Amino acid sequence: MKLGKIIGRVVCNQKIAEFDGAKFLLVQPLDENLNNTGDPIVATDKIQAGTNEIVYYETSKEAGRIYETTMNPSDASVMGIVDDINLSNK
Amino acid sequence: MILAKVIGNVVSTIKEKGYESKKILIVQPVDYNGKNNGKSFLAIDAVQAGVGDTVLILEEGGSARDIINEPESMTIKCVIAGIVDSVNV
Repeated sequence: MKLGKIIGRVVCNQKIAEFDGAKFLLVQPLDENLNNTGDPIVATDKIQAGTNEIVYYETSKEAGRIYETTMNPSDASVMGIVDDINLSNK
Repeated sequence: MILAKVIGNVVSTIKEKGYESKKILIVQPVDYNGKNNGKSFLAIDAVQAGVGDTVLILEEGGSARDIINEPESMTIKCVIAGIVDSVNV
């Protein structure tokens, strides 16, 4: 999984049938120090994450598996909201 | 698998079912000389690894599901599969 920050929402009316009811969030990938690392991506979300929250997301086939009843073809999904990050002092 | 060093952990209460009761560690990929080699990411711990350990990371969904043998673990792809004692080159 990778760390990310929710920076916005994506609204999509015309889409594939499998994405019906899916919520799309704009996620900025972060490194362990919460600095931006890479371009923002769009991820599906089922855990009600909100803007400005630090989250972690998973990619590829495992992302689609948050929807138990359909083989959803999402390739990035928010998996959890981060409460705290503890780093060793190096 | 790749080599990585555990550099921290993440605490998370609200998450997908498959991640409940799992320890989430921040890992930094390293080369076989121990030098940083790539961006850090998160992995589920399956071997009681701790901060400072060099570990083996498995980044494949099917294998991760075999390790975390639970019905809701379909959402897990990245697992710490072993703790490295030594690398001999």
